[in-house]
Amino acid sequence: MTTLVIAEHDNAELKGATLNTLAAAARLGGDVHVLVAGQGARAVADQAARAAGVAKVLLADAPHLAEGLAENVAAQVLAVAGSYSHILFPATAAGKNVAPRVAAKLDVAQVSDIIAVESPDTFQRPIYAGNAIATVQSGDAVKVVTVRTTGFDAVAAEGGSAPVEEVAAVADSGLSSFVGREVAKNDRPELTAARVVVSGGRGLGSAENFKLLDPLADKLGAAVGASRAAVDAGYAPNDWQVGQTGKIVAPQLYVAVGISGAIQHLAGMKDSKVIVAINKDAEAPIFGVADYGLVGDLFQVVPELAAAL
Amino acid sequence: MKVLVPVKRVVDYNVKVRVKSDQTGVDIANVKMSMNPFDEIAVEEATRLKEKGAATEVVAVSCGVAQSQETLRTAMAIGADRGILVQTDAELQPLAVAKLLKALVDKEQPQLVILGKQAIDDDANQTGQMLAALLDWPQATFASKVEVADGKAVVTREVDGGLETVSLKLPAIVTTDLRLNEPRYVTLPNIMKAKKKPLDTVSPADLGVDPAPRLKTLKVAEPPQRKAGIKVPDVATLVDKLKNEAKVV
Repeated sequence: MTTLVIAEHDNAELKGATLNTLAAAARLGGDVHVLVAGQGARAVADQAARAAGVAKVLLADAPHLAEGLAENVAAQVLAVAGSYSHILFPATAAGKNVAPRVAAKLDVAQVSDIIAVESPDTFQRPIYAGNAIATVQSGDAVKVVTVRTTGFDAVAAEGGSAPVEEVAAVADSGLSSFVGREVAKNDRPELTAARVVVSGGRGLGSAENFKLLDPLADKLGAAVGASRAAVDAGYAPNDWQVGQTGKIVAPQLYVAVGISGAIQHLAGMKDSKVIVAINKDAEAPIFGVADYGLVGDLFQVVPELAAAL
Repeated sequence: MKVLVPVKRVVDYNVKVRVKSDQTGVDIANVKMSMNPFDEIAVEEATRLKEKGAATEVVAVSCGVAQSQETLRTAMAIGADRGILVQTDAELQPLAVAKLLKALVDKEQPQLVILGKQAIDDDANQTGQMLAALLDWPQATFASKVEVADGKAVVTREVDGGLETVSLKLPAIVTTDLRLNEPRYVTLPNIMKAKKKPLDTVSPADLGVDPAPRLKTLKVAEPPQRKAGIKVPDVATLVDKLKNEAKVV
């Protein structure tokens, strides 16, 4: 039994989500290999080779693998899929994009967003926005799985010394091409990897007011998130969205500001270690999950809190 | 250009589901059912393509129980021209749905299939990608903008950290994200008109597909409940608690 983990990276750096996925792979037992598909991604492969528990790294390097196009990456995974018993992807935008393509080509079911491994063929996964946890068993020969990164503590990034093996890159499918990317630039930690997250909701009232969260986030070294309501209202960009249809986070500290706490939002943050809620409505459902609730006007409380820290 | 739009009947967005006491699933008897919200966005997008003259026909498809007809009628009230129901009482998992849709694509020959990125019941986020794989078509998931011209679809996608744009050769698969559009409210005249639009019913067997589930659900349980904590009177107390009790700052 050998598991293949598909690395998440930007050709320069291995992303943390890979280390969480490696932790899920370790729970399966058996050897763990990593596939790095990219362009000029040798440094990523070397990084993956140092991660704990990795027995071998496969590196497929080609210009048409540079941008993670689903058609090409899925074909690359299939080209090396051979005798692997499990193929694991992080449940990130990139992993979710590619994994089902691989599963369908192998004619196997995919198990999405697992949060626990019960045995090599049995997994737990949330359904209905996390309002229920299903335990599912796969009878397929190969298990294609996406791993919810908050469900597994990352393995150590250093300590291993696996060999890196170059594998032949598949041909370009020619079906799709990369046009461009707009990556929001900021100095904050990545939302899904941050130790502290400060999130704003509709209570902020405007995109302008959302900036009120900055001094607090600066003080806490936090990533900034948003509820779907705030995103829908145009106060915050969609990639800040925390919830069922956005990002799933589980930081040490989650500060919910002006967020009422719809079930879809709670689905994205209720596994946080400590939750603080600041809301003027004492009846808001967010207080039902908050460790510390402060009923008050966020426009007074947030600056005061930033100053007090 | 014909556009195919698969739609799923799911528990309404606003319903908080309850796990059955025997842990065999969630209780969906007597709860409000609606079209999956992402699929509504897909129908709206296809309808807009038709209104812009980029599409000539919009065909809505649903796989599932007889009541999925209502979901198809909603799609037709938004703007789909006709509906196809693949009727079955069997449990349908994403791979089976992708196979049913592939059989219909082979028959209908659309140039574009627009699906919701995920259904809010099983939260699988698989069907569009699987259909693309089975057809060997390109895909653009999590779309926030779609432009169709000259045999291509140029799609802006919501990815971690920002947006990405890809160009796909048609025929292609697109899955919708929240910000692609805001679906219109269906009006009474359009609901009445939708009742007269054609709706065909076929079975998985007619399409030559075995929809048997591959994953066995052993148990469905309540998630661990988080207990409400305390309310603090002021910022000073909050800071004290975070420093000395929770020790997170």
